[in-house]
Amino acid sequence: MNAPDHLPATPVTGTASPGAGAPPGRGEDAGQVSAVRAALPRAVGGGLAVIVLGCLPLLALTIPGVLPGYTYEPGTLQLLGLCWLTAALALTYHLLLGVVGLLSFGHALYFAAGVYGLAVVLERTDIPLLPAAAVVLAGGVLLAGVIGAISLRVTGISFAMVTLAFAQAGNVLVRRDPADLTGGEEGIALATGGVPDAFVGVVNTRNLYWVALAVLVVTYLVALWIERSRAGHMAAAVRENETRVRIIGGRPYVVKLVVFVLAATLATMVGTAYLLLQSGASPAVSTADFTLTILVMVVLGGVGSRWGAVVGAVLYTVLDQRLGEFAGSEAVAGLPAVLRVPLSEPMFLLGTCFILVVMFLPGGIAGAASRAVDRVRRRGPRGPGGQGSAGPGERPVAEAVPS
Amino acid sequence: MSTAPTMNTNVLEVRGLSARIAGQEVVHDVGFEVPASGVTAVLGRNGVGKTSTLRAILGLIERTGEVLLDGRRVDGERTERIVRRGVGYVPEDRDVFAGLTVAENLRLAERTGPHGTTPERRRLVDGLFPDLVRRAQQRAGTLSGGQQQMVSLARALLNDNRLLLVDEPTKGLAPRIVDDVAGALAAAARTVPILLVEQNLKVIERLAERVVVIDAGRVVHTGPAPELLGDPDLIQRLLGVHADGVEPPGADPATTAVGHQKGGAR
Amino acid sequence: MSTLILLLVTGVGLGGLYFLVASGLSLIYGLMGILNFAHGSFLTLGAFAGLAAASAVGQDTWGGLALGLVVGAVTGAAAAAVTELGLIRPLYERHIEQVLVTVGLALASVALFEGIWGPNPRTVRRTEWLTRTTEFLGARIPNTAFLNILAAALVLGVIVAFLKYTRYGLIIRAGVENRAMVTALGIDVRTAFTLVFAVGGAAAGLGGVLATQSLNYVSPHMGASLLIFAFIVTVIGGMGSLPGAAVASVVVAVLQQLANYFLANTGDFIVVLLLALVLLVRPSGLMGRRAA
Ligand SMILES: Nc1ncnc2c1ncn2[C@@H]1O[C@H](COP(=O)(O)OP(=O)(O)OP(=O)(O)O)[C@@H](O)[C@H]1O
Ligand SMILES: [Mg+2]
Repeated sequence: MNAPDHLPATPVTGTASPGAGAPPGRGEDAGQVSAVRAALPRAVGGGLAVIVLGCLPLLALTIPGVLPGYTYEPGTLQLLGLCWLTAALALTYHLLLGVVGLLSFGHALYFAAGVYGLAVVLERTDIPLLPAAAVVLAGGVLLAGVIGAISLRVTGISFAMVTLAFAQAGNVLVRRDPADLTGGEEGIALATGGVPDAFVGVVNTRNLYWVALAVLVVTYLVALWIERSRAGHMAAAVRENETRVRIIGGRPYVVKLVVFVLAATLATMVGTAYLLLQSGASPAVSTADFTLTILVMVVLGGVGSRWGAVVGAVLYTVLDQRLGEFAGSEAVAGLPAVLRVPLSEPMFLLGTCFILVVMFLPGGIAGAASRAVDRVRRRGPRGPGGQGSAGPGERPVAEAVPS
Repeated sequence: MSTAPTMNTNVLEVRGLSARIAGQEVVHDVGFEVPASGVTAVLGRNGVGKTSTLRAILGLIERTGEVLLDGRRVDGERTERIVRRGVGYVPEDRDVFAGLTVAENLRLAERTGPHGTTPERRRLVDGLFPDLVRRAQQRAGTLSGGQQQMVSLARALLNDNRLLLVDEPTKGLAPRIVDDVAGALAAAARTVPILLVEQNLKVIERLAERVVVIDAGRVVHTGPAPELLGDPDLIQRLLGVHADGVEPPGADPATTAVGHQKGGAR
Repeated sequence: MSTLILLLVTGVGLGGLYFLVASGLSLIYGLMGILNFAHGSFLTLGAFAGLAAASAVGQDTWGGLALGLVVGAVTGAAAAAVTELGLIRPLYERHIEQVLVTVGLALASVALFEGIWGPNPRTVRRTEWLTRTTEFLGARIPNTAFLNILAAALVLGVIVAFLKYTRYGLIIRAGVENRAMVTALGIDVRTAFTLVFAVGGAAAGLGGVLATQSLNYVSPHMGASLLIFAFIVTVIGGMGSLPGAAVASVVVAVLQQLANYFLANTGDFIVVLLLALVLLVRPSGLMGRRAA
């Protein structure tokens, strides 16, 4: 159970491409000069995008059908903030699945540790927000270290099951409400005593929006840094061929554990921000289904692609919200039962959509995008309308539909 | 009879066969023929792609190129279809099912259809391997290496195959058992052509009429077996071994290059 | 003493339910290398279909129960076979994608079940005997425990006999060991794939109807909650080992019962702890052959 357990390497490889919209790939093998030349516009583009997103609360924009209102309104900012945090969480999962090739079904545990950890610390102690968050993060490192050390003794599908089991224990714990700490099925509300006023209340939603955006940016940069670091290269090597790494004297176990703990800790951090944005904790964030939805986002976006994870998460969050409203709409209510029942279940639609992407769109959104870019580029020199023969960039399409 | 490369005399033709394992190409543009009778041996140093060539013919690994069985393209077909057209496979590490009894291993290998199991074949197998009849209820995992090789050969011989692909049947066996295996193969070769991967030059000398030498995933030599075996220099150059079968310390890259030049096309 | 007997027997009964789910998971994994997340949905669907059929005769009659069990098993088998043919087979040999598809199916199907039957549990009516207890060595054992034990033992027997005495059983046992070699003998293993899905789905569907009798309710989520313990059982028993699944089912369930009673309701944690322990000492599980 080795090679086949890992997804094929992302089709989004480092084609050094200028322009902000281009997928940031792994361009390590490109020459240094061209790498810098390619990285710079990308960094500038990324920075600009963040600035634009940061200005949204000050502007009056809207996208009908996608956003619930104008971008300065709390409801819209709440949804967008949720998008950014979900995207950050998806990025932490990308570190596991896309970078080191670990299929975990228990990632929600570390996110929930952040949400509930901070909620409990704030409620039960007088520690102010930042030190409290630091305590929770330290706890997250410890938790991930212990569980990772045990789970990583097995690989592949067994690893997936074991992480699932540990997360399930966490879920049971949260729902059992030990010592009235977690509030059981009801969850707990954010105790605002230690929280600065700027982060409390609907009027301050835009501050929370900025926090969420900052968390996303930090997570993205950390993910980028990890991927570019030595550990990241080792991780990629482990993903491609663990045996080879062992033969050349590397220690796959350590590499995997390091990335696992980093990803889990980042998820804990995202969880603390989530608590502030949602001003409460609910047991749903500790369920296996929650992990599965993160997995769905990452696969939708394209495994192995950072921006794919972000896009997948944002798309999923918006769809989930919109489909929920669509389900309750008049149009659906008037349909016959065979259509009404499935259409009124957002999760049914998302699950079906996910199955279709896995079966027919390998590499998810990022994969499709990079193939489209390839196609345009190949067509370029041959003149418009030239039918490019299927090159290596199109392989995944052919492989997607085996006879 | 074995030299004219026409469709009627060759049971197997391989053209431009390339194969990949884990995304890496390990067999490059290999071509050769197997005549409709006798033993064709495949030789080459360790890791040059002999096993991969056989597996590619059977479609067990991803491959491109043409494979013709009795003049009919089979390279687009699934492994079990190719096998049912009459190809018996004796894999490198025997691959008997350790948890199944000897009888179950053999029962699993019995096929129906035009190239399937016949009563005569069963008798042939029972005659060749009396030991297996005695051990029918023993779990194959508890057999010795030689006995497992017998099971593996018996599985292929049970059916009325058009061709056998046999991969290093003598690997790791004691000299006496090697003789037994070679004897069984010689008996089999009287009824069915065999493509035999083998490192033991003595076995090749006893069985093979023609040889195909592979190096670094390419065919570098084909011809009658005596021609190769009678030329120690050629053996040294192609296989990096002295004729007595001892590998010299460190393969010489220069001689490998010569091999490449010579082989190129068939 | 009588408490201990009670816990042991109900534990074995619960183990029977786990086994009905885990046997399919283990066979599917062993032969195909797929972790089937949709297995819980086969169970849930089997339970709803079985109860619907039972209602036609009368949920609280033996005839209704018998019909329900048959319909549950058939529904589970059919759902599983369709899943294998429609979703798994097109992704031949791409294990991760196959797992992802079952994840998607699990999410979508549970949502669909909620849409059709509502999100909340519904109580069921049982035959009078199943609502009662029987005195056994001084303990008052719920009769559902005996039903579960009987059914699981029967299923174990049937699957073992199927594996041992039929040609497809032979193919499946060989395929669990070395699938490529089975195809190299000229056998189309894909038929065996569909078959193990169907057999696993039948056991799960049967388990679904049985679970409704023990739990006294049916809900769209019952499959998912049993599935997690079945996963744990499968890992502890050794992925791909049927005897391992049988032993681990009983061990896990009995331990859970004992811990729930004697250690302040900590059964679920003890089970995860056991899992961690097994992984530390024996990563391939109790009866797993290859390191998973
Ligand atoms: N499962 C595998 N994963 C990765 N590489 C492989 C695998 N199997 C074989 N290879 C590589 O493919 C190449 C050809 O291997 P192959 O087994 O065909 O060689 P061979 O000629 O049969 O060698 P030998 O004489 O040792 O049996 C080798 O370089 C080997 O390292
Ligand atoms: Mg070999």
